[in-house]
Amino acid sequence: MQISGAQMVIEALIAEGVDTVFGYPGGAIMNVYDEIYKQDGFQHILTRHEQAAVHAAEGYSKASGKVGVAMITSGPGFTNAVTGLADAYMDSIPLVVISGQVPMSLIGTDAFQEIDAVGISRSCTKHNYLVTDAKDLPRVLKEAFYIASSGRPGPVHVDIPKDVTAQIEEFNYDIELDLETYKPNVKGNPRQIKKAMEAIASAKRPLFYLGGGVINSNAAYDVRELVNKTQIPAVETFMARGTLSHDDKYLVGMLGMHGSYASNMAMSETDLIIALGARFDDRVTGKLSEFAKNAGVIHVDIDPASISKLVNADFPIVGDVKNVVNEMLAQADSIDGSRYESWRETIENFDALHPLTFHEDSERIKPQWVIQRVGELLGDDANISTDVGQHQMWTAQFYPFSRPRQFASSGGLGTMGFGFPAAMGVKSAAPEKVSVNFTGDGSILMNVQELMTAVEKKLPVINIILNNNFLGMVRQWQTLFYDKRHSETDLSMQPDFVKLAEAFGGVGYRVSTKEEFDAALKDAVEKNVVAFIDVVVERFENVLPMVPAGGSLFNMMLLEKKEDK
Amino acid sequence: MTTDNARRVISVIVVNEASVLSRITDLFSGRGYNISSLTVAPIPDTKYSRITIATLGSVKTMEQITKQLHKLIPVLRVYEHEDMVEKEMALVKFDITENLSDINTICEAYNGKIVNAGETTVIAMVADEPKRIDNFLNSMKRYNPKEIVRSGAVALER
Ligand SMILES: Cc1ncc(C[n+]2csc(CCOP(=O)(O)OP(=O)(O)O)c2C)c(N)n1
Repeated sequence: MQISGAQMVIEALIAEGVDTVFGYPGGAIMNVYDEIYKQDGFQHILTRHEQAAVHAAEGYSKASGKVGVAMITSGPGFTNAVTGLADAYMDSIPLVVISGQVPMSLIGTDAFQEIDAVGISRSCTKHNYLVTDAKDLPRVLKEAFYIASSGRPGPVHVDIPKDVTAQIEEFNYDIELDLETYKPNVKGNPRQIKKAMEAIASAKRPLFYLGGGVINSNAAYDVRELVNKTQIPAVETFMARGTLSHDDKYLVGMLGMHGSYASNMAMSETDLIIALGARFDDRVTGKLSEFAKNAGVIHVDIDPASISKLVNADFPIVGDVKNVVNEMLAQADSIDGSRYESWRETIENFDALHPLTFHEDSERIKPQWVIQRVGELLGDDANISTDVGQHQMWTAQFYPFSRPRQFASSGGLGTMGFGFPAAMGVKSAAPEKVSVNFTGDGSILMNVQELMTAVEKKLPVINIILNNNFLGMVRQWQTLFYDKRHSETDLSMQPDFVKLAEAFGGVGYRVSTKEEFDAALKDAVEKNVVAFIDVVVERFENVLPMVPAGGSLFNMMLLEKKEDK
Repeated sequence: MTTDNARRVISVIVVNEASVLSRITDLFSGRGYNISSLTVAPIPDTKYSRITIATLGSVKTMEQITKQLHKLIPVLRVYEHEDMVEKEMALVKFDITENLSDINTICEAYNGKIVNAGETTVIAMVADEPKRIDNFLNSMKRYNPKEIVRSGAVALER
């Protein structure tokens, strides 16, 4: 079949089973958009900013487990999308981002809207391509989807000059990929796995350390089985929330900078870390030299470069978490869970000593209350996304996650403005769930234009603004480490969020009591509309516990007991 | 082997394709690793090229570099040389009035000779281990070299 490069893009997307593309057109990508107009194989969602298109694709991928797709034009279109690429790269989210480029004859001439896109994206993608001949397009697109979704997933960027999208060539997508140099090791060495199981059987205080890789490899339910069979307590990273259900009795909680006392103490006292798809991020380990000092380390990861990067692994296992966990499950009978009885008790005592909680206030709503309340009212019925800041950490701490892929948040890059577009992507992938975005009065303004997209495309995201009139997380650091010099973090000057939502055709609520909040949430869910719920919360609340950056995990700043106050 | 900044030589076998070299050098610069020399050429009768990189780093740094290089899609193989034959080349231009027979004799001791003679200048070439190239260039100083070029290292495991 002889078709244009632009048609090839459409055919390839359809062949890959893509049902939703997020994007924003422009000169260099117009040939492709012309073909989008003519087809009905997938829907296109026009965001109002390229960054949002990529975040929406990320949210879509997070909720569905599929490859997210975004389409953008050259120059400013591409540079707007870079933050999204970097975000997806840091959180190992499979994406294919297709950008237009100026015609080949103009490349390198500083042509209108030209930028060296592959040069820019090289450091924030798993791989990238500049396609110089339409003959290569079928192979490149097929490789792009394969590379994005296999091994350690990540974003792949395909840059296509305008004349290449116009070029007519033979199209055949039925190609065998021959990627001689790219063969992810998915299996996990059986001898290593056996040794690891022996180490677990003889450990006294083993601890599962679950990372985002568990969710990426769709291994959460296998991990649940392994945890319950071995009766070994488990801590989750921020990225792994929802791996175990909040009511799983072996779940200790989230660890790290804002992890629970019990989780961080368990990590400090364990004698064997069983790390699954976790990368020992500095926000998790605190001061490395003091991290889990007496523990052996089993480290399972698809990415060999993650293993022993920061913490030396005694049992390195390179492989897909799902495969390795299933292999471990097959050998789990050798493990007697009752051995760890007293270890579990120790952890329960930690938890009883400093449970994860907050103090209610009679005057103002506490942000943590709002999150807990949404959990009570919607629980499993909601998919949750967040922006970046205090509200993000409180969500990870207090929302009762009950399943993997329920939570989408920017972990590695910490991108303000992620939440709303990501929630739209989540909603388009899982329309049967309520899509809730917890955001801050700072973050929401970073992609607020997506109100238009959400209203137009009927993606009823409920944005709950935990409004503290501050760039709260930065204010917290200023309070604690800069002697309360709140430099440029006061957001007293604010738009009227209710009117703002209404101006775009959404619905706005401003609430300052618990009753008003309940009523607003109920109304928004029932009406099934794009909503801003602007919640007036306590301004000076801090996220606790907190391990100061570079401090040791066991030295947490804790919530004062109420009687000490 | 010392753990701190020792000189190390690695070979990277890559698919010959556009921008593969910048992927590799970006990885070094992006992570703050230093390249002291770099040599690239296609491997005859294949679709691959060999890149020889000399760098400074600890065992741990090298392990990371190697793993990170391996993650790049067009990279087929990465290995650090331990027991290798390593050569570098240098070309040196002299005024024709210098003592050419002395120069030629010294060059011979370093696997080289005078390879070109023009109207006013001659060019000598040597190929040897990097350390010995240092020595050679030192001993050439007295003949007032007008220009010196030095290649990166190439290496093969014994
Ligand atoms: C794009 C971007 N710019 C700056 C930051 C630094 N930063 C991290 S948290 C934060 C404050 C966020 O404030 P807000 O959205 O109001 O949330 P809160 O912390 O008050 O819950 C800032 C500025 C960031 N993470 N991302």
